[in-house]
Amino acid sequence: MTYPHLNRRLFLGAAGVSLAFAGRASAQSAAGPRNKMVLIIARGAMDGLSVTVPYGDANYVPLRGGLAIPAPGQPNGALALSEGFGLHPSLKGLHDLYGAGQARFAPAVAIPTRIRSHFDAQDVLENGGEGLRQQTDGWLNRALAASGARYHGLSIGAQTPLILRGSAPTSSWAPGGKIEGGDRIASLLQDLYVEDPMLGTNLARGLETELMAMVAGDGAVRRNDVAGLGAAVARLMSGDQGADLVALSIDGWDTHARQLGQLQTRLTGLDQVIGGLHRGLGTDWDRTVVVVATEFGRTARANGTQGTDHGTGSSLLLAGGALKQGGLVGDWPTLAEAKLFEDRDLAPTLDVRSVFKGVLRDHMGVDRAALDNRVFPGSAAEAPAYDGLV
Amino acid sequence: MPSQSDVNAAIALTRFGLGARPGEIQRLNDPRGWLEGQIQPSGAANPTGQFDTSVERMQAFLDYQRDARQVRQARQDMPPAAGAQPATETPAEPRRPGRRAQRMAAPAQAAPQTMPMAPQAMAPAASDPAQAAFDARRDSRRDLVQDTAREFLARAQLGAATEAGFAERWALFWANGFTVSATKFQSAVFMGQYEREAIRPHVFGKFEDLAVAAEQHPAMLLYLDQAQSIGPDSRAGQRRNAGLNENLAREIMELHTVGADGGYTQADVTEFARALTGWSVPAPRDQGMDLVRANVAAGAQGFGGGGARQQARYARGVQAAVRGEPGLNGFVYRAIVHEPGERTVLGKTYAPGEKDQGEAILRDLANSPRTTRRLARRIAAHFVADDPPPALVDRLEQAWTRSGGDLAVVARALITAPESWEPRPAKIKTPYEFIISAHRALGTAPQRIQPLQQALVSMGQPAFAAPSPEGWPDTAADWAGPDALVKRLDWSKAAADLAQVADPNTVAANALGARLGERTRLAVARAESRPEALTLFLMSPEFQRR
Repeated sequence: MTYPHLNRRLFLGAAGVSLAFAGRASAQSAAGPRNKMVLIIARGAMDGLSVTVPYGDANYVPLRGGLAIPAPGQPNGALALSEGFGLHPSLKGLHDLYGAGQARFAPAVAIPTRIRSHFDAQDVLENGGEGLRQQTDGWLNRALAASGARYHGLSIGAQTPLILRGSAPTSSWAPGGKIEGGDRIASLLQDLYVEDPMLGTNLARGLETELMAMVAGDGAVRRNDVAGLGAAVARLMSGDQGADLVALSIDGWDTHARQLGQLQTRLTGLDQVIGGLHRGLGTDWDRTVVVVATEFGRTARANGTQGTDHGTGSSLLLAGGALKQGGLVGDWPTLAEAKLFEDRDLAPTLDVRSVFKGVLRDHMGVDRAALDNRVFPGSAAEAPAYDGLV
Repeated sequence: MPSQSDVNAAIALTRFGLGARPGEIQRLNDPRGWLEGQIQPSGAANPTGQFDTSVERMQAFLDYQRDARQVRQARQDMPPAAGAQPATETPAEPRRPGRRAQRMAAPAQAAPQTMPMAPQAMAPAASDPAQAAFDARRDSRRDLVQDTAREFLARAQLGAATEAGFAERWALFWANGFTVSATKFQSAVFMGQYEREAIRPHVFGKFEDLAVAAEQHPAMLLYLDQAQSIGPDSRAGQRRNAGLNENLAREIMELHTVGADGGYTQADVTEFARALTGWSVPAPRDQGMDLVRANVAAGAQGFGGGGARQQARYARGVQAAVRGEPGLNGFVYRAIVHEPGERTVLGKTYAPGEKDQGEAILRDLANSPRTTRRLARRIAAHFVADDPPPALVDRLEQAWTRSGGDLAVVARALITAPESWEPRPAKIKTPYEFIISAHRALGTAPQRIQPLQQALVSMGQPAFAAPSPEGWPDTAADWAGPDALVKRLDWSKAAADLAQVADPNTVAANALGARLGERTRLAVARAESRPEALTLFLMSPEFQRR
C-alpha cells in the first residue's frame, strides 16, 4: 500500500480549510456533478426468498411453511412487484421507489464460488475475484483506481471493509466525532507520524471527512437512527468534494432461528437507510444507484428452529434515480425440487459481479477492459456486464 | 543507547501484556521469566466481584423467560388496540413496536448493537395485569443486562491493574477465538459467566478441553442456536415438526477448529449437527428447577465424581430424557432430541454415543493438524505481526503437535521464540487494548461502565459485542482506519483533559521505556500544555502500536 504525502495545511481548523481529498489529482475539479454509487452489504446472508418473495412459485409455501411471506393482498402479505414476485412487507419505501421506476430486483444471484462460510463468502463478494484469497484488496477500491481518481471513496463505520481497501485513497466516517477549531494537535501529530505513514495518512483522511460532516450539517446522528444515518451519509456525498463511491454495511441477517421477527426488523432498517439516502441526496438522487448485496442466501427449506441455514442464491436489490425502469434482473430458476442447488438452496442464475460490472460500466464510466481484467480479474468470460440497468 | 534488557522489558509489557504501569518496566529484570511465571495450570485470573455462577445465572434467565411469558399472556388477554403487536411476534425475543426498530444492528459501527449495556426505557403497558407483568419483565431484563455490564467493567479493571498482563491477553485471545457476542440478548446474559467458567480456567490446559468447555456453555449454545436443535428422527423429532439447526456445527468447524478450508463438506456439517443434537440448556418446562439444582451438584462435584451418580439418576426413564442430563456450567444433555445412529464426519465413523458422540467429533476436530496450523498462525498474527514470520508459526505448530495441544507449551513457545522479540512494533492496539493500556500508563482504572462503553462503541469495538461469530478482527487495517483514528484522538484528548498527571514526560518514559523514540519524547517535552503533551503521547506511534 502506498500513502501519498500529506500537507499539514489540511489541519488548519474549521473555517477556510481546504476540503480537497488528500492525494487526489487536482485535475478532477473540471467536470460537473459526478454520478454516485452506494453499495450496501447485508452481512450474515440475507434470505432472498423473504426479500423478493416468489409467491407465484408453487413450491414456495410448501418449502417455507410458516416462514413463507404471504402473497400480496393477504394479511402481512408481500408488496407486489412483477412476474409473481413481491417485496417483503417491511420494504414499503423501496416499493414506492419501484412504483416510480426507481428500483429493480435480481431474485437469484450469487458470488462466483459456492461456499457457505459467511466470512469467506464476504471476502469473495468484496475482493471481486473468482474465489478466496486471490486479491487482498477490494473491487470498489480497484474501481476507484481504474476511474483515474475521478471519484471519492468512503466507507461508513470505524473500520474500512475489504471492498474499499487497497491502494486508492479512501476515507471512513461514523457519527460521534468532533473536531475543535484550529486543531494544533492534529498538526503536531503529522510530525510524529512522519515515519508511520499509515497512521499519518489515515488520520488526515479521517479528520478531513469529519470536517466535511460538520460543515455539511453536523455529524450528530442518534444511535439507532438509521434514517438519520442515511441522510448523514447523503450529506457526505453532496457537493464538489462529496463522496461518490460509498460502502455501508448492515449486519444481522444470519437468521438461524425465529427468522420472521428478525427479518422484519432488519428490512425495516434497510428501508429506512435507503429512504434517508433518497431524501438526503435531493437532486443528486437522480445520479445515484444503490446496490444491496449479500454474501449468499439461505436454505430453501425452513430448518427445525423457525429459521434457515446457510444457502446459496439470494436477492440483489437496486434503487436510485439513475436506474432504467424495469423489473426482474436475471432469470428465475424456480424452486422445483429438481432445480434446487444441492437439493437444498435456491440455485443462482446470475453472478453478482455481472450486476456490479454493469453499474460500474454504464453508470460510473469504468472502462470494460479494466472491469474484466483489473476490477474483477479474469471475469471477461464468466461475468459479462449486465446491460440495461442504467 | 538502551540496553537489550531494557528493550525486552518494554516489549514484554506491551507486546505480550496490556502496557506498562508506572515503574513496571524498571522493575522487570527478567522479562522472559516474568512471562513464563504467568503460565499457570489454573488458567488466567478472573475479574473480582460478586457475580453469579453460570447455574445461578441460568436460574435468573429462566425467571426472566417466565416473566416474559406472563407479559405475552397478559397481552393476549387484552383486546387488540392501535399499535398492537405485529403478527410476526416471536416468543423468545419480546418486543414492542418502535423498540425493535431501535434495536436494529445498524449499519456498520455507526450505531452498533449495544443493547446489552444500554437498556432503553420502554413505554408502559396498557392495563394493570399487563403492566405488572411488563414491569417484572423489564426489571429482570435490566438486572440481567446490568450484571453483564458490571462484569465487563470488572474485566477492564482487572486489565488495568493486573501484574499478569500476558495471561490476561492470552485469555482474551481465546475468548475471541471462541466468540460469543452480546449482540444477542440470550447470549449477552451469559457473557461474564462464559469467560470466567468456560474460557479462563482452560487457557493453559489442553486445547480440546477448552473447546469442549466453550462449546457446551449455555452462552455458546444460545448464541449459535444449538439449544433448540432437534434430531428429526429423535423421539421428540418424530412427534412434532421440528428439526436440525446446523449453526453451531458449522461454526465449530469453520471458526473454532479446522477452518473454512479444512476440507469438510456440507454433508460433514450436517452429520456433525446431527451428532450435536441434545446439547442444550435448561428450559422453563424443566419443572421445579430440579434440573438446575442437579446442575449445581454436578458442578460442585465435577465430571466423574458424585455428579455422575446424579447424572445416572436423571438418565433413567422418559421423564429424565425430556428434562435432560445436567452437566457443568448449566449445560444439559437431552437424550430425547438426540438424533439416533452412527455418524460419519471427515471420513471417520462415530458409533452411536448420545452426548459423547458430539464430544468425540469435537475432540477429533480440535486435535486435527489443520486446527493446529490454523491456530498457530492466528496466535502469531495476534501477538507479533499481521503477517507473522513463518518461522514463528512453525515453532508454534511444532510445540502444539509435540504437546498434543497443551496451550501452556504453546504459550511458552511463543514467548521464547526469537521472532517474538523483534524490536520494531508491528501491531496496532485494538480499542480495548488502547484504552486499558492508557489507564495503565496513567496509573488509573476505569470507574464507570457508561463512558467506557461509549468510548469503545465510537472506536468500533463495543463491549462484549463482536459483530459476528468470527470475533474481532486483528489487523492494522481493521483498527487504524481514518474514522477509528479520529475517534481515538477524540478519546485521547478527553482522557488527557481529565488526567491528574504531574509530569507527562515521566508518564511517557514509564509507559514506553526504551521504546520511546526521540521524536515523540521531544514532542511531549515541547507541548504547550499538559493535556496536549498527554494527547501526543497517547496518539504517538509507539503507544498506538505494540
